Amino acid sequence: MSMVEISCVEVWREISNYIDAAIDPELRARMEAHFKGCAHCTAVLDGTKNVVKLLADGVEYELPQGFSQRLYSKLKG
Amino acid sequence: MGAPKPHLDANEADLIQRVCQGDKEAFYGLVRPYERAVYAAAVSILHNPADAEDVAQEAVLKAFSNLARFRGEAKFSTWLIQITINEARLRLRKDHRHLYESVDEQRTDEEGQYFPKDFADWREIPSEALQREELREALKQAIAGLAPKYREVLLLRDVQHFSIEETAQALGISEGNVKTRLLRARLQLRDALAPGIDGSWTTGQAEYRKVRPW
Repeated sequence: MSMVEISCVEVWREISNYIDAAIDPELRARMEAHFKGCAHCTAVLDGTKNVVKLLADGVEYELPQGFSQRLYSKLKG
Repeated sequence: MGAPKPHLDANEADLIQRVCQGDKEAFYGLVRPYERAVYAAAVSILHNPADAEDVAQEAVLKAFSNLARFRGEAKFSTWLIQITINEARLRLRKDHRHLYESVDEQRTDEEGQYFPKDFADWREIPSEALQREELREALKQAIAGLAPKYREVLLLRDVQHFSIEETAQALGISEGNVKTRLLRARLQLRDALAPGIDGSWTTGQAEYRKVRPW
C-alpha cells in the first residue's frame, strides 16, 4: 500500500514536532519518505536540528560571576 | 504530608519539608540546581544581566516565602520558573521598554505560517565550529531578535530542556501554543544562521555578513 504524499509546506509545519518525536508513526513515515526525495526540506531539517544542538549547551545563558554567592548571602540575610 | 505529589522527587520533598520546619539552609540546596534556569528565564525576558540577576534573586526569595503553598502539582523547577517569569514580566511592565515589546508582539502573527527563507544545505557542524565566536555571536543576536513569546518557549524547551507539558505550565499557555511558538522560533533561528553555512562557520571567515549584514 502506498503512502499519501505530503507537501513541503506540511513538512515545515511539523518539522519541529518531528525533531521532538512528538508526531504519530504514520506522519513520521510520510515525512521520512518526503525527506528522501526533497533536498530543500532535508536542508531545513538539518539546519533546524543544528540550531537545537547549538542551543543545548546553554552557553548563551551563563550565570554572571558571583551570582551564587550573592544569592546565598541574600537568602541568609 | 497530605495528598501524594506525583511530580516531586524524594530528595526535593525532603528538602521542602526541612525548609517548612525552619531549616533555611535546606532551601539553598533546593534551588541550587536551578539557579541557571532561573537566571536564564529572567534574562530571556529582560535582556539586561543586572536586571535579570535582581529579578532572579527576588523570584527565589518569593519562592522561599511561598514554599508552604507549593502543592506539588507541577515539578518544583516548573513552579520556580513560573514565579521567575511572572516577576520578570512585572518588572518589564514597570519599565518603559514594554512599549517596544508590545509593538513587537503585535507584528508577529501567531497563527500565520512561517516559511523557511532559504534552503542552503547545512549538514554537520564540526564540534570545533560550534565554539567559533562568530557563530556564537550570531546565535546570540538571533535569539535577541526573536519576539519575547518565541524566546521564552525556546529557552525553556531547547536550553533548559523542559518538556512540552512543563513549558506550557511554566508559561501558562496550551501545549499546542508551545509547539507552534517553538516551530516558529527554531525556523527563525535557522534562517538567521543559514547564511553562514556556505562555509563561514567552519572557516571562521565572516562572509555571511555580506549576505545579511545584521
